[in-house]
Order: sequence, then structure tokens, then C-alpha cells
Amino acid sequence: MASALLSAQKLPLRCIVPKVLMRGNHVVGEAAVRAGCRFYFGYPITPQNEVPEYMSERLSKVEGGVFIQAESEVASIHMVIGASMAGGRAMTSSSGPGISLKQEGISFLSALELPAVIVNMSRGGPGLGNIAPSQSDYFQATRGGGHGDYRNIVLAPNSCQELADLTYEAFNLADKYRTPVIILGDGMLGQMMEPVELPPEVQIKKLPHKDWTLTGAKGRPSRFLRSLILDPFEEEEHNWKLMRKYERITKEEVRWETSFADDSKLMVVAFGIAARIAKGAIKRLRDEGMKIGIIRPISLWPFPYKAIKELTKKVKHFFVFEMNMGQMLEDVKLALEGNGEVHFYGRPGGIILTPLEVSRVISSYYYQKRLG
Amino acid sequence: MLIKTVFSGFGGQGVIMMGYLLATAGMYEEKNVTCLPSYGAEVRGGTANCTVVISTEEIASPVASEPEFAVLMNNPSLFRFQNQVQSGGTIFLNSSMIESRPIRGDLEIYEVPVNDLAKKLSGNKGSNIIMLGAFIKKTGVVSFETMTHALKEIFGAKNPSIFKSNKAALQLGYDYLD
Amino acid sequence: MKKIFSRPKSLKRTPFHYCPGCGHSILHRIIGEVIDEMNLQERIIGVPPAGCAVLAYFYFDIDMGEASHGRGAALATGMKRALPDRVIFTYQGDGDIAAIGTAETIHAASRGENITTIFVNNGVYGMTGGQMAPTTILGQTTTTSPGGRNERRDGFPINLSEMLAVAKGSAYIERTAVNSPAHILKTKKAIAKAFRVQLEGYGFSLIEVLSPCPTNWKMGSVESCKWIDEVMTAHFPLGVLKDITGDKKDAH
Ligand SMILES: Cc1ncc(C[n+]2csc(CCOP(=O)(O)OP(=O)(O)O)c2C)c(N)n1
Ligand code: SF4
Ligand SMILES: [Mg+2]
Repeated sequence: MASALLSAQKLPLRCIVPKVLMRGNHVVGEAAVRAGCRFYFGYPITPQNEVPEYMSERLSKVEGGVFIQAESEVASIHMVIGASMAGGRAMTSSSGPGISLKQEGISFLSALELPAVIVNMSRGGPGLGNIAPSQSDYFQATRGGGHGDYRNIVLAPNSCQELADLTYEAFNLADKYRTPVIILGDGMLGQMMEPVELPPEVQIKKLPHKDWTLTGAKGRPSRFLRSLILDPFEEEEHNWKLMRKYERITKEEVRWETSFADDSKLMVVAFGIAARIAKGAIKRLRDEGMKIGIIRPISLWPFPYKAIKELTKKVKHFFVFEMNMGQMLEDVKLALEGNGEVHFYGRPGGIILTPLEVSRVISSYYYQKRLG
Repeated sequence: MLIKTVFSGFGGQGVIMMGYLLATAGMYEEKNVTCLPSYGAEVRGGTANCTVVISTEEIASPVASEPEFAVLMNNPSLFRFQNQVQSGGTIFLNSSMIESRPIRGDLEIYEVPVNDLAKKLSGNKGSNIIMLGAFIKKTGVVSFETMTHALKEIFGAKNPSIFKSNKAALQLGYDYLD
Repeated sequence: MKKIFSRPKSLKRTPFHYCPGCGHSILHRIIGEVIDEMNLQERIIGVPPAGCAVLAYFYFDIDMGEASHGRGAALATGMKRALPDRVIFTYQGDGDIAAIGTAETIHAASRGENITTIFVNNGVYGMTGGQMAPTTILGQTTTTSPGGRNERRDGFPINLSEMLAVAKGSAYIERTAVNSPAHILKTKKAIAKAFRVQLEGYGFSLIEVLSPCPTNWKMGSVESCKWIDEVMTAHFPLGVLKDITGDKKDAH
């Protein structure tokens, strides 16, 4: 199957629309390569296995492409660190237990201010959990995830097209801010196929020059990259520097999407696949005359606090829907600053609700609050 | 318009390819499509399935809880999916391999003996494409021409003769049901 | 006046922070000399560990990228694959390489990664205060093996270099020491050979260096050097453990 998809992907685009039908996990790989990623290091874990499978073939066919199936997720994230230090665009991907193992390296990437892209096609947890799609890694992704005072840019696509666009963009953001970027998908997004218009192939040579890489001290003074800063004052200064960077990201990189906000009495807040299902539910309910809208955070960090706060001028009722026990809920509450009422509905463990089921819980809340 | 179809069978019967082809053809007709193959532990034990949604609007979920159509290639698939199909929906079953019949009276059933039909083709292959031919004939989800185009794009580039034999299989299935 | 002894070019002016009599100081110096002599300063990149040598980037005047505890071989793998024409070496203690980083090391060797590892075996966790290391020998007292290492409670020490010599991808493995002028010279030659092995693309090379830690051994410098000869080498015999280059044994 993988090879059929690969060959389909290589077809001259003579078809009616310049799109290809691709599986999410393949989309990640292809978009990464087109963004100039030449270094992929990974370790098998369902439901993201198609990423390393795709990369093993794809990177063998591009100049300078390196694929290694590492001995563990710990090793793979450190291989990413090495390639990133050397100036390459590097990526790893995993899910659940594997992402937990990568946290050590992600903390180091943040401290060392190294660009990298980490893809989490998340699955049900805790522990081994299962391989069904889940959103239970929201806290882990948005709060840093490893030790120390840091944040990662976290992007949560809800379709294969957005997966392509955000993966591509992730490499630019990582380089721009010298920071790891996490793509937070889920098993369903990784496994499903959708038509995708792929982004253009970048020319590596035309990417912005990096003046901090380790390449051998030729024609310049030697450099080092370190995270150990024993002097508390210096470490504090380093933390402030990171913080200033995070503030800049918070100002410049917040992404979200609202639908049906204008006349709504109830706003649903959901991200990723859950947002997509919720939107389907809302369409049904609007057909029945209910005034319900949705706001979908696309960057989970930085979180669209302001955009949600802004909504409270018109809307008093918020309905948070997640495929977990209420993690983004905390950010929504922070955003509302006590304005408005928040209701939560979630299903953990890898349960996928249908739009019909979601529409039932939303409409019962809608009527309970006498909004219609 | 929003049409959900589930394809199911055992590994090697080409059910994922059926879904992939249908979704590709839907894409060529400029519809929104999703295709969700079963994965991981679900695939263990040899059964595979694939859900395709085709719609003129945005697709909320690629999971088909109550599909309009089910294409069932072996006995376990019939047991698994016969009760999930929407009332008034349609089942296409591979009568070469499925002995029992659905007990529900609210479904339309088409029996296509694809393995027997495949014997008419060179190499005794292409039973999944035969089924796909019968499927598009009765459902009209995508046109015969678009599906032929999809076959050409997917198989033709690699090997024109594979495209030719698949096109023959598609035609055979298409002509089998009237 | 003729200058007969000076700081190698590839070492910075910063004085080492190591304890008196510590093997790290000697080893840094001879690595610096080798880099100079092989004219590698502009094309070598070092990967320091978590351990007493964590600050090595303050001493070497070459590009260096810190690894977290034990992950040197993985980091160097990524780096070398990105920069195949540079010389990449990791510098790792026994805890770093033979406990927390065992998997990364064995797999880098098995893949035949074309990198060089300098493995400093001082039999203890120096940096964290002298706890038992995977290379602490039976009977040796450390802060976490107070009555001496006991195989029933603590297990046996690990001979990592011997294990790595078995790996199909390793090209050159030698164990040396820095406890006497003769041994120091041999170590220097071994390191130079390891870099050459990398330059010639043979694959994974590793020099294990038995190195005194007078502070945590609670011995004087002279006594520490003697202890290496009399006790440590009995468990960790010196010599070439593997050489696929076809050079005669110890010919360097
Ligand atoms: C994940 C992790 N665990 C523990 C430590 C603390 N730590 C720093 S160095 C070290 C051991 C160093 O011993 P060794 O590798 O033998 O080097 P030496 O100091 O003896 O040269 C430990 C446990 C750490 N930095 N990271
Ligand atoms: S503690 Fe031991 S290894 Fe560390 S600097 Fe002191 S003597 Fe050297
Ligand atoms: Mg040690």
C-alpha cells in the first residue's frame, strides 16, 4: 500500500485537481522533505509507523537525505539534536510512550535553542494505553513536557491539508525562533487519507543562513552549544532570554479559526480532530436554528487567549469539547478570566464520537441554558 | 450529499485498494473525500477494512458509524458490518466466499461472485476491482469514466498492462449487475 | 631561547577546573596535541558529556556541542550524518557511556557509525560525588558501595570495550591508561589512530582510558597511578581489543 501511495504521489499532476490522496503520516513526511528536512530519526510505534516507513524510502532518494531507525526514542531525539547542531532541518515522530521518552531531548533542544520538529500522532494513555486517537497529550505538549521552564510551539492540524501546511511551516518557525515545534496530531489524522495540495519544494541552499551551527571552526572562532549554566545569575539571564523569545512568539504566532461566531449564543471550543467532529455537529444544529459557533485553536501554544476573551463581549456560554478529561479546558478558563460560563464534555481513552452524538450533548446544554 | 462506504475483507483481498480507488475517483470529481483504513491491532487476525466518505460539503468525521454502503468480501465482514449499515442502505457481498445472507429486511443486497468472475480474466486476479465495478454501477457515487481514470493514474504509470487488466476487471463487474 | 613545551593551539587559555592528579586534565592535553598535530582544529567537533568533563567546551578551542547524560553517541550520530567530512568525537565517562548511555553506544558501534569515542574509565561517578559506577571493580569502596562492591548486591562491573569489540560495526577499540609517561604516550598514539580510522572511514572507534580520580578514590596522585597498574588493569587489561584496519597489533 505504501508503495502504491508513493507512486501515486510521484505522478505528474495531470489530474483534474492538483491534489494527491495521501495518508496523514505520509503527508507529514512529504511536507517535511519539501520543507527541506533531510534528517529523520525515529523508532516504530503505532499509530505513526508510516512516518518512518515513508521517510526511509523518501530520504534515500534525495541528496543528503539521512534516515536512521534508532534504538529508542531517546536515541532518536538526540540524533535530531546532533543534526540540528550541524545546521540541518531535522525531524522525529512518535506517539504516547515514545513522546514521553523524547522529553529529555526536547528540554535540551529548548535550552540549547535548537530548531527541530517533533510529531506526536497521539494515542490513548496513560501507560501503553491503546492506539486509538486521543488528545490526552495536550498538557505534555503545551506545558513544556520535560524539565525546566520552557515552552514549545504546538500546532494542532485537523485535516491532512492542514497537516501538510503546518508541518511545512513548523520548520520555518523552528528556524526562525530556534525552538522545537511540536505537531500534535492523533492516530486518526495519521491514518486517514485526504486529498492534499502539497507545498512547493524549498531549495536548501536558499534557506536563511544560520550563524550558530557547529561545523568545525574554519575561518571563524570556535563555538560551543551548552545547556549547563552553573552560575544562577547567568542561568537566570538565559531563562529571561528564552522568556523574551516566548513573549515574541506569543505575540506573533497565535493561530486560530472561528466559524459562525457572529450570531452565536454558545461557542464551542475544540482543537484538532475533535474540532472537526464538533463543527459537523454544529452544522446540524444550525440547520435546526440553534445559534452555535466554534473557535478552533490551531496553535495550542501560544494559545489564542485573546481571541477567546474577545468572544465574551458577545457570547456568555462556552462549551469545551476534547478527546480527554479536560486539558485545554484549563486554558479556556484562563482565557475567559471569569467571564462567561464554561461547560466541558470529553471522552478519553481513544473514543471517537460521531457528529450526531456530539450534537446531542451540545444541544441538550443549549436548551438547558435556555439559549434557544 | 454525504455518502459513507465501508469496505471489508481479509488481508490480500485488496479492500484498502478499493477504498483508495473510490476516494481517488471522488477526489477527481472534485468532491471532498476521506479514506480511513483500519490499522494496528485491528488488522491482526487478518481482517482489514476501510471507510470512505464522499461529500459535496466539508467532512466532519472520516469514521462511518452508519454507512450507506457496505462492500463485504468475506464471512467475518458480513457478521461485523451487517448491523451497522443504515436502514435503507445497500450491501454488496462477495457471493463466491460468503454463504450466509443478512437477516435484515431493510437493506438492498447485491451478490457478486467476484472470485468466480475473476477466473474469466487473465491471471485470475482483480476480484476487488470487479466488485468496485459492480459497486459504482449500482451506487453511481462516481462515474465509470472517473474510476477508469483513477485506475490509469494509479496503475498505468507503473505498468500499462496492469492498468489494462484492471480496466477489464472494472468493466466485467460493471456489466455483471444490470 | 627555544620553546619546547607550550599549550596546544586547540586548547583555550582557560585553566582546567579538574582536581589535582585527575586524568581528565592529562587527557584533554593530549587530545589537544593530537588535534594540532593532525591539523584537525578547523574540522573537528567534540561532544562533551554530563560528568566531570561537562565543561570541556571551555577548554577546547574547537566547536563543541553538549550532550545530555549518556546520549553522546546518538548526538554524534546525527552530527556525523549531517557532516560526513568532519571528524566527530564524543568524550564520555564510565557512568555516561556504560550505564545510562549503554544502548546508544552499542547501537552506534553496531551501525558502524564513523565516529570516535574517548571513554574515560575512572571507576566512579566523579561529578556527582564518587558513587559506584558500572566499572567499579569488585571490592572497591564508593559512596554507594560502602563495604566495597559486592557482586550479590551490586552485580559485576561491565567490560564495555570488550563488548563493543564484538560488535560487527566497530573498527578500532583499544584500552590505554594515563598513569605513567609511557602509558600517556601510548594513549596519545591510540587517539591519533582512532581519528585516522575515522578519517579513513572504517567505522566506530573507541579508546578507553583508565584514568585516576584521586578525589573519589581517596588516594594521593602517586598512589592512584599505582592502583591503576596494580589493581585496575587486572580487571581492565590494556591493549588493542579490535583493529580491522590491517595494521599490525600495536604498530602505531
Ligand atoms: C539523566 C541524568 N541523570 C543523572 C545526572 C547526574 N549526573 C551527572 S554526571 C553523572 C555521572 C558521571 O559519571 P561518569 O560518567 O563516570 O563521569 P566522571 O564524572 O566520572 O568523569 C551523573 C549521574 C544527569 N546529568 N542526567
Ligand atoms: S572528581 Fe575525580 S574525575 Fe572529577 S575532576 Fe576530580 S579527580 Fe577528576
Ligand atoms: Mg567516571
